[in-house]
Amino acid sequence: MAAVKPSDYTNQVTVTDEVAEFSPEVMDEIRSHLEKYPPDRSRSALIPLLFLVQRERGYIDNPGVNFLAKFLNIEVTDVWETATFYSMFNMNRVGRHHIQVCKTLSCKIMGEPDITDHICTKLGIKPGETTPDGKFTVSLVECLGSCGTAPMMQIGFDYHEDLTTEKVDKILAECE
Amino acid sequence: MEIRAIGCDPLQLKRVLAKDGHTLKVYRDMGGYASLKKALGMTPADIIETVKTSALRGRGGAGFPTGMKWSFVPKDSPKPKYIVCNADESEPGTFKDRYLLERDPHALIEGMVIAGHALGAATGYIYYRGEYNYLIDIMDAALAEARDAGLLGRNILGTGFDMDIFTHTGAGAYICGEETALLSSLEGFRGHPRMKPPFPALEGLYACPTVVNNVETLTAIPEIIELGAEAWRDLGTEKSGGTKLWSVSGHVKKPGVYELPMGYADMEKFIMEDCGGMLRDDKKLKAVIPGGSSVYIMNTSQILGKNVTMDYEGLVAAGSSVGSGGFIVMDERVDVVESTRNLTQFYKHESCGWCTPCREGTDWLVKIFDRIAAGGGRPEDAQVMLDLCDNMEGRSHCPLADAAAWPIQSAIQRFPEDFKKWLWKNTENSEAKELKVNA
Ligand SMILES: Cc1cc2nc3c(=O)[nH]c(=O)nc-3n(C[C@H](O)[C@H](O)[C@H](O)COP(=O)(O)O)c2cc1C
Ligand code: SF4
Ligand code: FES
Repeated sequence: MAAVKPSDYTNQVTVTDEVAEFSPEVMDEIRSHLEKYPPDRSRSALIPLLFLVQRERGYIDNPGVNFLAKFLNIEVTDVWETATFYSMFNMNRVGRHHIQVCKTLSCKIMGEPDITDHICTKLGIKPGETTPDGKFTVSLVECLGSCGTAPMMQIGFDYHEDLTTEKVDKILAECE
Repeated sequence: MEIRAIGCDPLQLKRVLAKDGHTLKVYRDMGGYASLKKALGMTPADIIETVKTSALRGRGGAGFPTGMKWSFVPKDSPKPKYIVCNADESEPGTFKDRYLLERDPHALIEGMVIAGHALGAATGYIYYRGEYNYLIDIMDAALAEARDAGLLGRNILGTGFDMDIFTHTGAGAYICGEETALLSSLEGFRGHPRMKPPFPALEGLYACPTVVNNVETLTAIPEIIELGAEAWRDLGTEKSGGTKLWSVSGHVKKPGVYELPMGYADMEKFIMEDCGGMLRDDKKLKAVIPGGSSVYIMNTSQILGKNVTMDYEGLVAAGSSVGSGGFIVMDERVDVVESTRNLTQFYKHESCGWCTPCREGTDWLVKIFDRIAAGGGRPEDAQVMLDLCDNMEGRSHCPLADAAAWPIQSAIQRFPEDFKKWLWKNTENSEAKELKVNA
C-alpha cells in the first residue's frame, strides 16, 4: 500500500446509488458468513464478503459496495476504506484468468524474470495489463508462501509451482 | 521439494508425512486428540505452567515465550476471551505453515482447543492470508469433522467445556501478519497496527483479552502435552525448547521444509549435506538469510567453519536471528545489491503507510536502489541509505520499518564489494576506494 497517486483511482469508481442484487443461494452464503462473529460485530465479515462480491461481479464495483454498506449497516466510505487497502481486491475488471507471478527474492533468484518474460511475450502484454480479448491479466506480486518450489505463480486461487517455460505453456493452454 | 526431519524423529512433520494425515481418522490413529483429553483433565494453571516449562517460543518471528504470553491474559476479566491463530504467513522465504495447514489441520484444532481451555476462551479464529484460499476449505472440513466427533463445539468430550473455531481470510497484505494489524483486519478494517500497550492479552479482538499465536506454535502444544514439558524441551536446548520447522529455498539441491531440533549443529552441514549442497556444484555459497527476509543477511565468513548452531541464541551470536525460519540460500551469481533492492521493494509495497519514517523511508530507499540499478550509483549512496535506515529503525509504529532497515544495514556492512561495484561505477580508479560510510 505504498503512496497512492490520485490518478490511480480516478475513473475507477462510477458513483451510483444502484445496489447490487444477489440470488437467494448467494444471499444464503452471505448470511452464513455472519454466523462466525458476535452479532454486534458483523463488520468482521467485510473482507470475506468483499471476496464474494468480487467473485459474483468480477471486481469490487460501486453497486456491490453499496450492497455491503447496506447489508452490514456501515457507511459506503467504510467499505471503500477497507477494500482499497488490500491488494487482492480489484477495483477494475481483470481478465478471466488473473496470472500473478511471484517476484520476491527466492523466486527472483530461481528464474522469475525468464518466466515473466515468457508469459508477457506470449500474451503480448506487460505486467499490469490485460489481453484485448479479456482472457488474461498478468500481475507481478510479492511472496506467495511457495518459495521452496520457486519460481511460481498463482492463477486465480490455484498455485502453480516449480515453473519452467514449457510448464507455463501447458498451463496457459489449459486455460479456457 | 523435501519434507524431512533431521536429527530427530518427525514430530511436527509426523502427519504432514503420513498419507491422509489431514483426516480425523488418520490423525486419531496416530494418537491425535489424546492430548486434548489429557489437557481437559488438567487445570488451566497447570497447562500454562507446562507450556512455560517446555521453553516453547513463538514461531511467528518474534520468538516470545508462549507460556509467558498466555500468563498475561487476566483470569478474572468479565469479557469473553479469544484465541487467534496467525496463518497469515507472508514473510518472504517462509512456507512451513502452509504444509501444516494443508496436511495437519487437526493438530492446529487440537492445539487451539487446549489453548482455549487454558485461557478460558470460547472462540477461536484462524486468520489465513487471502492467497491461501484453498487451505480454508481443508480446514473447514476438518472443523466439521471435529464438531461431529464432539471434539469441538458444545460440551467437548463430555467435559462441559464449550469452544468453537472459525476460519477467516485476509486479502493480500503482509502487514496483517503483525498481530495487532491482524486484529484490525479481523474486525473488518484496514490492516493498521495498533498502539501497544494495551497488549492484545488485555485488549485484543473486540477490545477483549486475546492471544495471537503462529500456526507452528499452536501445533506444538499437543506434542508438549503428550511428551511432557521437560521431554519436549530437551529435544532442543534449555532456552530454545523442542523442534523447529525451517523453510529452505534458493540455491540448494533440496529446498523444502525441514524439522530440526533446536540447537542443531551446524548450519554449514545443514546447507552442504542435509539440503543437498549448492544447486550448481561449480557455484560457491555467497549469502544466507536464515530467518525470513526480516533478519540480517549473513556472509560466508560468518557461516563456514563457524559451527553455527541453529537456535535463537546460536543465530544471534552468529550475527542474525531465527525469525520465522525462512532460510534463503544464495550462490555467487547473486548480486547482493540487487537482492537487497528486491526486498526493499517488498517492504515499500507492504508498508501500511501509517507512519512517515516507514512510508517515506522505504519509498526513498527504493528510489535510490532504482537509480543505482540504472547505473547512476554515487559513492555517498551507502551512507545516505544508512541514514535513512537510522531514521526508520526504532522510530516507527511497528517493527515493519525495522525489518526493512535490517537487510540494508547488514548488506552494506557484510557485502561492501557488491556495493562498491555499483557505487563507484561512475568514478575512475574504483578499485582503490573504500566504501564511504561513517564509522
Ligand atoms: C510486519 C510483521 C509481519 C508479521 N507476519 C507474521 C506472519 O505472517 N505470521 C506470524 O505467525 N507472525 C507474524 N508476525 C509476528 C506476529 O506479530 C506475532 O508476533 C505472532 O503472530 C505471535 O505468535 P507467536 O508468539 O506464536 O510467534 C509478523 C510481525 C510483523 C511485525
Ligand atoms: S512501521 Fe510501517 S507498516 Fe508499521 S505501522 Fe508504520 S507505516 Fe505501517
Ligand atoms: S519468494 Fe516467491 S513464493 Fe516466496
